[in-house]
Amino acid sequence: MTGSKTIRVLIAKPGLDGHDRGAKVIARALRDSGMEVIYTGLRQTPEQIVEAAIQEDVQVIGLSILSGAHNFLFPRVIELLKEKNAEDILVIGGGVIPEEDIPGLKKAGIKEIFTPGTPTSAIVEFIKNNVKV
Amino acid sequence: MDIVPGILKGDKRSIARLITLIENQADEARDLLKQLYKFTGNAITLGITGPPGAGKSSIVNFLAKKFRENNKKVGVIAIDPTSPFSGGALLGDRIRMQDLTLDEGIYIRSMGSRGALGGLSRASYDAVKVLDAAGMDYIIIETVGVGQSEVDIIKLADIVALVLIPGMGDEVQAIKAGVMEIADIFVVNKSDMDGADRLITEIQMNLDLNQDKNKVKPPILKTVGTTGEGIADLYKTIIDVQKQLQDSGMLTNKRKTRINQELQELIREIHLKQIISSFETQIRIFTEKALNKEIDPYSAAVYILENAKL
Repeated sequence: MTGSKTIRVLIAKPGLDGHDRGAKVIARALRDSGMEVIYTGLRQTPEQIVEAAIQEDVQVIGLSILSGAHNFLFPRVIELLKEKNAEDILVIGGGVIPEEDIPGLKKAGIKEIFTPGTPTSAIVEFIKNNVKV
Repeated sequence: MDIVPGILKGDKRSIARLITLIENQADEARDLLKQLYKFTGNAITLGITGPPGAGKSSIVNFLAKKFRENNKKVGVIAIDPTSPFSGGALLGDRIRMQDLTLDEGIYIRSMGSRGALGGLSRASYDAVKVLDAAGMDYIIIETVGVGQSEVDIIKLADIVALVLIPGMGDEVQAIKAGVMEIADIFVVNKSDMDGADRLITEIQMNLDLNQDKNKVKPPILKTVGTTGEGIADLYKTIIDVQKQLQDSGMLTNKRKTRINQELQELIREIHLKQIISSFETQIRIFTEKALNKEIDPYSAAVYILENAKL
């Protein structure tokens, strides 16, 4: 018998950023759409995020950032995933991210960036359409 | 890397993959578990249970560090509740265990309870075997925050520590049946709060009323989960209890009972699946009949099962 497959998502706050209201709202929305959401708390290094994602065997990492350090921290997560042969994990990002930074982040391997004002349903939809289960 | 050799080498990706297969009840999970079974039985399993917000995750965090100081490898399975409505879950136990993430000798897995009601998840039983085969010396299982009757952890853990906090009710709560009866060790966490000593007295009085005088009286310890106070004593107590269990032969007895239960449950599960699938039509027909009051469900069940024997 093959049972159902649940989408597992790691929601992480990289870097020195103490605000996680947004991350919690997203975590809650994903929970309500039937996903298992692992929230690791504030001030995580890219190394911690990638290691947790591997141990938890998630299909998605959602990075939330408000500090402005996204151009360094987001690509670093992708780099580490590649090092660990885990680039099959879908990485998305959100937070206060200027329009002009988005193309660079996508080029680095972030699949999508969600900026303030995005309805949570759009994020749920994106994950469901892009994760192979 | 192939999953089985990967797990035997302690590769975390392989461990994680098999646990996912187990959680999703994939067919191949059982085949892999069959291959791993002979490598299990070396780890000590430690259950941490108690009400929501009692400080279980914080205690697991400090305990895991203690085990690491003593060069032991630690696997952690942390279970949080799954929504009965959406099937989703918010797994937040890692928040208290952030500094363990990068330790080579630690593997942490968060799990949703996925419909199980006894404080664990169905997959946690087999996940423990995976961590055992992967060479973990200790496996800590943190249950869902429990109420009074979620006691399934005794089916999985060699040693159960019950974490309680002051201010959760009067002394009658301490003499109620259920979760208060399963502890090998009582931990009074947040012991810097008012009422900690009273709680200890209540637990003690309850233990003094035990009729079975041969039963070892569980130790009661004070901790403060925010600072780590009392954890050294808790660690020492766990090792003492483990020694007692091993020396008295109780550990083997516990494990024998556990395997017996598991075997019975597997027989039940496999048998039931066979019956349900081979009698699908009958079940459908008798459902209709019972709906129309042509037969009662009691007689229908007996009728179907008697046919199953043929």
